[in-house]
Amino acid sequence: MAVEFLLNGKHMSFDGDPDTPLLWVIRDHAGLTGTKYGCGIAQCGACTVHLDGKNRRSCVTPIDTVAGKSVTTIEGVSGPIAEAVQKAWVAIDVPQCGFCQSGQVMSAIGLLAQKPKPTDADIDAGMAGNICRCATYVRIRQAIKDAANAKVSA
Amino acid sequence: MTMISLPRFGVLALIASVIVLPLSIARGGEASGLKPASAFAGIADRNARSTAIFTEMGKVLMSPRCLNCHPRTDSPTQGDAMLLHVPPVTRGPDGFGAAGMECATCHGPRNAPFGNGGGSVPGNPKWHLAPRSMAWQGLTLGQICAVIKDRTKNGGLSLDQLIDHNGKDELVGWGWNPGPGRIPAPGTQAEFGALTKAWVETGAACPK
Ligand code: FES
Ligand code: FES
Repeated sequence: MAVEFLLNGKHMSFDGDPDTPLLWVIRDHAGLTGTKYGCGIAQCGACTVHLDGKNRRSCVTPIDTVAGKSVTTIEGVSGPIAEAVQKAWVAIDVPQCGFCQSGQVMSAIGLLAQKPKPTDADIDAGMAGNICRCATYVRIRQAIKDAANAKVSA
Repeated sequence: MTMISLPRFGVLALIASVIVLPLSIARGGEASGLKPASAFAGIADRNARSTAIFTEMGKVLMSPRCLNCHPRTDSPTQGDAMLLHVPPVTRGPDGFGAAGMECATCHGPRNAPFGNGGGSVPGNPKWHLAPRSMAWQGLTLGQICAVIKDRTKNGGLSLDQLIDHNGKDELVGWGWNPGPGRIPAPGTQAEFGALTKAWVETGAACPK
């Protein structure tokens, strides 16, 4: 039976193996390649999307478990937090190679949605699953703080 | 000389393990399963019987499937070798993880086989860490028994509720259905529940 869900607000149907990872469907079937494949085993965070607004590793999300839910990828994420994060990221040039960054951005938005003023400890804990091989961690942390402050002062 | 005798010892050990291994596999049915409560009926002393039943339950309680999420620290361990959980996760305010990095960020409602090969990420709708008061890692079986009975530590469960918890709770039940790449807890959840019932009915005694 086909799995029906929302992908960036649009109806999506997938009729295939229910074990197929959501990441496969996003990239290969929907053609949205902003969400990256890094490890496929929940170790790197590159594939992070939002499932009903919460951070979720799409590489270990069997497609049948998203039936009736709403999936948001880097292409579709929007709203004041997303805008604040985007501006903060651009302002201090967070990315280096960029490969991990859509996952970092999605995780950061998911973190800020729950913790509008995260402490260093909150950022460490919330971003612990997002690896950056270019080690942009210091800028990521700064950008999350800048985004939090921008949102508060806005 | 030492350099020569060491490999020889290695060969001997290898031969020994080849001989011993099939024997242990032959008895595997018993080693990997759970004895029913009736197997302890011959122990006349009620206290000793209860203790023996709990010791049998200990095969489940001390399996990696249970212990990994009953850590001493704020982070679980993982796998049959019980290594520190990777990626590094913390329990958060309620045992369901930190904001933005919840258990559910990776652990879904069911086990998720990896898309690129063997193994799986375990899953259950209730996936979370046991509370600090139920830290079992590093405890003896007797100490685990004591905290399991202590309502101030076990989430307020009475002994009767404990029978239900062990025999029917779906997150406990995951231990017997851990997905590819993990050894299940011994026996079945129903057998574990029946042993818990027999243990409570014999006075819920704890091993020393
Ligand atoms: S690709 Fe999903 S966590 Fe690495
Ligand atoms: S910017 Fe290169 S991996 Fe993170």
